Amino acid sequence: MNAADTAFILICAALVMFMTPGLALFYAGMARSKNVLGTVMHSFVLLGVASLVWVLVGYSLSFGTDIGGFIGGFDYLFLNGVGPEPGGPTENLPHLLFMIFQCMFAVITPALITGAFAERIKFGPFVAFSVLWLIFVYSPMCHWVWGGGWMGEMGALDFAGGAVVHMSSGAAALAAVLVLGKRKGYGTEPFIPHNLPMTLTGAGILWFGWFGFNAGSALAADGAAANAFVTTHVAAAAAVVSWLLVEKWHHGNATTLGAASGAVAGLVAITPAAGFVTPMGALAIGLGGGVICYGGVFLKSVFKYDDALDVVGIHGLGGTWGALATGIFAVESVGGVNGLLYGNPGQLWIQFVSVVGTWGYCFVVSYILFKVVDAVMGLRVGVEDEIGGLDVSQHSETGYQL
Amino acid sequence: MRKVEIITRPFKLDEVKAALTELGIQGMTVTDVRGFGRQRGHKEVYRGAEYQVDFVPKVKIEVVIADEMVAEIVEAVTNAARTNQIGDGKIFVSPVDEVVRIRTGETGDEAI
Repeated sequence: MNAADTAFILICAALVMFMTPGLALFYAGMARSKNVLGTVMHSFVLLGVASLVWVLVGYSLSFGTDIGGFIGGFDYLFLNGVGPEPGGPTENLPHLLFMIFQCMFAVITPALITGAFAERIKFGPFVAFSVLWLIFVYSPMCHWVWGGGWMGEMGALDFAGGAVVHMSSGAAALAAVLVLGKRKGYGTEPFIPHNLPMTLTGAGILWFGWFGFNAGSALAADGAAANAFVTTHVAAAAAVVSWLLVEKWHHGNATTLGAASGAVAGLVAITPAAGFVTPMGALAIGLGGGVICYGGVFLKSVFKYDDALDVVGIHGLGGTWGALATGIFAVESVGGVNGLLYGNPGQLWIQFVSVVGTWGYCFVVSYILFKVVDAVMGLRVGVEDEIGGLDVSQHSETGYQL
Repeated sequence: MRKVEIITRPFKLDEVKAALTELGIQGMTVTDVRGFGRQRGHKEVYRGAEYQVDFVPKVKIEVVIADEMVAEIVEAVTNAARTNQIGDGKIFVSPVDEVVRIRTGETGDEAI
């Protein structure tokens, strides 16, 4: 056990926790005012629900004794055997601390998906889906990458969750929009963000919390954490700039929503790479992330789906770019593995396999889960409730008394 | 008596007010309004998606004046509010049947 590491990861866990209310603001500002509470609630309720799923079964399924490279066993069910002494995958941290740090990841990941089906889903079925998703998608993914499963064993690099968090939520988002369909009026009337200052505030909180997310994934207060902190910041900064430049070129103005979106795109893209690349590698990944995700948001107009807040375009594509870029820019002196640019093309192939595996598994299982919940409970609110907004129809409240 | 309604750019309000005050107008009513003319509104862009916003913010200034002041006022307001750009607004002049000052009961020109 190491006191400095323990102190650092405690703070990091708290930082990651703060990302979820930050995400709530980021998303809610982009929704229309009649859905502001429905949208913040999608994230906020998961602080409750996902945390419970995690301590009851999720942690065990993710980090319990490996079963066939696919899933963890039941040895940590109900946190059985998870105590203040060192344990689990770490020797320098209290086992409980590792568990709660990971818990914060399990909270924010299903919250990321909610941007896809914002403004049209029933609250109860959404919660039911989230519980099932944590058990059948998130926990296996987490096990594959960090818990001793096949993806980690294969040598796939995912420092802080490019596959586990971002590609998985992006793939689920794509499944969500295919099952739920478009919002009423989508394509014929404008869906304008109701409070961009709120979105900027949320993006700022996300950026702040991301330092805990990525630097904390070093699981120690050491040079790897410092490297991850710096790469995280540099990538986000680069993506803000590249998003705004491409936007200025493409549309004539650098927008506020573009700045916020660029920041998140850069943070997503650097997540898998944070501990494996140099700051200049991060710069390249961030620049690419801004441009790629800017293009990603147009996919929905090409393929005619309604990904309300661009989860596929930003988390899905950004995570995919980050995973592949890790295989390109990784440097042995930083994280122990070389990528394509440093003479190891095999790593890029491994990263590619991890991308295909993640998208394939997460999309298919998420699609099935959405279909099952839809059949049993009905996913979508009625037309009248949708037009009236989720705030009143789902929560009997209104966000603003103006 | 005539009512003059001036629809103009919000930033021109002070200049129009000054021009009217200079001509001895003692009262006016100002409303924030939205609307569009032949040029329509403007475009807004959210994550690359363009939306046409038809209704742009304007102010509406209403004054009631004696008949003989119409030409003078229209000229003063036109000079004050003009930028020579699209969207400068319009002036509507219409007849007013009666004006009553509520406090005193005065009517007609006396009550303006």
